[in-house]
Amino acid sequence: MIPITQRFKPLQRALHWLMAVCILAMLFIGVGMVSTIAPKYLPLIATHKWLGTVIFVLALIRLAVRWHYGAPPLPADLPAPMKLAAELSHYVLYFLMIVMPLLGWSMLSAANYPVVLYGGVHLPMVVPQSDSLHTMLWNAHFYLAFLFFAIVLLHIAAALFHGLVRHDGVFEAMAPVRRHDR
Amino acid sequence: MSSPHRSPAPVALGPLVLIALVVGAVAAAFAYTAGWLSPQRVTPDKVVDAFAPPGGPALGHRRNHVKGICFTGVFEANGAGSSLSEAPMFQPGQYPVIGRFNLATSDIKAPDATVRVRGMGLQIAAPGGQLWRMAMIDPPFFPVSTPQALYGLVKASGSKDPDAMKTFAGAHPELGHFGAWAQSAPWTGSYAEEPYNSLNSFVFTSATGAASVVRWSLLPAAPPVAVPPDELAKRAPDFLEQEITERIKSGPLRWTLVIHVAEAGDPTSDPSQAWPQNRRAIDVGTLTVQNIDPEVNGPCRDINYDPTVLPRGMGTSDDPFPAARSSAYRRSYDLRTAEAADYPHTAAGATP
Repeated sequence: MIPITQRFKPLQRALHWLMAVCILAMLFIGVGMVSTIAPKYLPLIATHKWLGTVIFVLALIRLAVRWHYGAPPLPADLPAPMKLAAELSHYVLYFLMIVMPLLGWSMLSAANYPVVLYGGVHLPMVVPQSDSLHTMLWNAHFYLAFLFFAIVLLHIAAALFHGLVRHDGVFEAMAPVRRHDR
Repeated sequence: MSSPHRSPAPVALGPLVLIALVVGAVAAAFAYTAGWLSPQRVTPDKVVDAFAPPGGPALGHRRNHVKGICFTGVFEANGAGSSLSEAPMFQPGQYPVIGRFNLATSDIKAPDATVRVRGMGLQIAAPGGQLWRMAMIDPPFFPVSTPQALYGLVKASGSKDPDAMKTFAGAHPELGHFGAWAQSAPWTGSYAEEPYNSLNSFVFTSATGAASVVRWSLLPAAPPVAVPPDELAKRAPDFLEQEITERIKSGPLRWTLVIHVAEAGDPTSDPSQAWPQNRRAIDVGTLTVQNIDPEVNGPCRDINYDPTVLPRGMGTSDDPFPAARSSAYRRSYDLRTAEAADYPHTAAGATP
């Protein structure tokens, strides 16, 4: 096997790891906040809205950067099913990074909850109050969150598989620092 | 370590075990955060379920304070509130309100005369999308000190164990205080004659940055007329809604909004304890109720009177209830909006 040597650009790696932290935090905050009545419920909700906005903006920047720089090619000897899974899962990840914040925002609008971020910034209502729309958006936001988490787990497993089992350079392409033994 | 031309070797078990451990640990942390590993955690779902009456909840309706009727009107601020909070609805002027008179029961069939606690949900809107939502009740203090105790109370009152309430009351002496109020306070025959109290404390912040911990009350202009409970029991099961619908025909109904300011050492985190009577009380304006609308098509139906929906200049305090209420109200809202088909809008539209 010939490991790939091309890496993502530093900006791409920085965005990846920053968003990795944000998205994992977001998923944990999400399941945590809906299962508590403790006072921390309010700061969790506030952080969820604020962080969701940050992730949305970062995702758009990241998509633009990706279009500009592209990505290192996958190893030529990667089996076709793994290649397909890699490509599909990345489309789904980008889709969720962009769609989840929009779903959350419109879900709050459909429930007629004011969307106020830190600093008192009011986001406009994007859809009118509607029971059926709220239920649809709520379900989408809820179930896609679990899909998101499942794909994040898969992504972690695959990254470690590349790095620890296949040693094919894919892990190193996105690793924050180059390994010294290479 | 890895040479570029390694021959395919059998996959070592070690790395795979490591991968499984990492992924398993993240998944376990997620499950723990979600409460799936903590059956003792009081979740909003459990709280809302606990409120359900024996026959199950009324689908499509609020899970508590299920009986109610909408109103609209205005809040007219006199400007005095600006000394406490920079909230835009404290600037002199008129602000539209959408509210809801309601009964503290989860049983939609409960006759009005059987429900001791009456409430009001209120939303005051200021230009620019700033909203102040509140949900108040007429007792002068809350039955218990903490959300966990409220959950315990609801569980005990719905329990089949005949000693459950006695055990609960023994562990929560503040409940006796509330019981005494419930026994001795006069009943009235109208939503218009009730005071409505925030009970929970909040933090108001003025334009100069000065913070005050406050509670508030809406005091009725209509003088309360005491009616014996057995007299009320003879009235129609929905007599409160009928009465307020009739009463509004002879003119608007008014309440004065009074803000009570805590002093150091007052029990700001415990709504079961009233503050001393001599605390600073500031009259900040008048609520005028102009129209009554049945809930089914009324403007209050789709509002979640979440007490943490606050304008700038207002925030939560060390009182743990607003967060718990916000969490549980959201659950109730999510459920009832998903069940909207079970509580259909009527074709005729809202009665004027």
